[in-house]
Amino acid sequence: MYPFARAISALAKGFATTLQFAFQKKPTIQYPTVKKQHAPRFHGLHELRRYDDGKERCIGCELCSIACPANAITVIGAENAPDDRRSPGERFAGRYEIDELRCIFCGLCEEACPTDAIVLTPRFEMADYRRGSFIYSKDRLLVPPEAGRGTSPDERPGGIPADLGAVIEQKSTVSIADGYGATHRGEILKTERKGLAG
Amino acid sequence: MISQVASVLDQVPWWLIVLVKSVVVLFVILTVFAYSMLFERKIMAWMQLRPGPNRVGPWGMMQPAADAAKMLLKEDLTPSTADPLIYKLAPFISLVCAMGAFAVIPFSESSAGLWGVGDVNAGILVIFAITSIGVYGISLAGWSSGSKFPLLGTVRSTAQMISYELAMTMSVIGVLILAGTTSLAGIVHAQARLWYVVPQIFGFAIYIVTAVAETNRAPFDLVEAESELVGGFHTEYSGLRFGLFFIAEYLNMITVACIATLLFFGGWEAPFGLTVVPGLVWFVLKAALFIFMYIWLRTTLPRLRYDRLMNFGWKFLLPAATLNLMVTAAIVAFMPQ
Repeated sequence: MYPFARAISALAKGFATTLQFAFQKKPTIQYPTVKKQHAPRFHGLHELRRYDDGKERCIGCELCSIACPANAITVIGAENAPDDRRSPGERFAGRYEIDELRCIFCGLCEEACPTDAIVLTPRFEMADYRRGSFIYSKDRLLVPPEAGRGTSPDERPGGIPADLGAVIEQKSTVSIADGYGATHRGEILKTERKGLAG
Repeated sequence: MISQVASVLDQVPWWLIVLVKSVVVLFVILTVFAYSMLFERKIMAWMQLRPGPNRVGPWGMMQPAADAAKMLLKEDLTPSTADPLIYKLAPFISLVCAMGAFAVIPFSESSAGLWGVGDVNAGILVIFAITSIGVYGISLAGWSSGSKFPLLGTVRSTAQMISYELAMTMSVIGVLILAGTTSLAGIVHAQARLWYVVPQIFGFAIYIVTAVAETNRAPFDLVEAESELVGGFHTEYSGLRFGLFFIAEYLNMITVACIATLLFFGGWEAPFGLTVVPGLVWFVLKAALFIFMYIWLRTTLPRLRYDRLMNFGWKFLLPAATLNLMVTAAIVAFMPQ
């Protein structure tokens, strides 16, 4: 009789466990309507910065392209015209393209850049329907003049925050319907960065 | 007013009344199927610490409609090795048998009569007869697919259904002896004083276990064991034909829950004298409890090994059911009423 009783108690224990789970709080984050905070220095989509006077920082030196371990960056420099100076130096980036599908988001381009022009932002939602649309050129990389100059990672909070791994959930302004395209500049969820999250 | 309605009803041919009743019951049953599917997905998700379907409509309430639309739009494939006629017929055999059982199930009762399509004096036998034919749907589906996984699923299914059906019927006979009738309404009336779950607790336990095996549900779902047989008997089926098997499986589950309610839990009889609540509500609540138990079982227990399933059926459940039947029969025969 003993093994039978033990089997019954084991069954009861199993059933109690699953029933108890049914009433527990679910860890699911309802992405994309609710989003989780990530690190302030998270390596995401690139950005080409400007100086305060609106001139492009990039001088078309191609050092980022050389530093890139994934060969994702193509830079073709061009001479600045005397009457239309795009950057303070002699040259500027005539073409600047990053294949975000090749990119491994290591940040070596950022480190190689002598003018702090290319930086990695914490934006990461780049989903699209065609491979071709992952080749980001200057029209999507360069900070538009009205959006300021762009933030360098060095200016973002560093170190390890005290609440490392804390989950900070907040309602997104992006609905599911327009979730696609949410990475485009200006529609990005503007959040106060509070710290790292798991 | 009532006499006028009655006189009008007398002039309506009987077949029209049956037809209307059938259509209403089928409509209700299919709606119940759709939402019991959602109910299962939700409950299972909660037990697995997930929120479950919640994208289509509020709380995912429109999920069944989205699933149905998906099923309808999928391509209906027939493998080149399949026997086309039987392959196409098999889902319908499954579905028609699953639906047929609802023809004799009474859902409630009022002064005008039973709430159900037909009142058969051997209702329980009719249900067992119809649902037994449902095995053909599964067997023929696996056999006619012309592919090895469905065939293995079918072999398992046939063996499992036949061996568990014996114990299931045996466990029910105890109730029939106590009630002295095979009419489902009669069995419910006989439970007015005491639900048969009390005197027939062993019969009830055996019925529940065999019912899970009969409907091919976890942990006895060896017929469609995903980890071993891909999809089991319905591996080759796609689109609407797969959907029909799916509906049939759920309808069988609902049938089994209804039978358990009628035979062991007093059907539409209100417990604790709570006759304020209508009988139909009690019936639905009791049946829903069984369906919840099914889902709970599925989330909790892992699948049995096939030989252990057969051993359990033949060496434990069948002797236990027979013993229960003999003891019940002896008590009814020798005890003064």
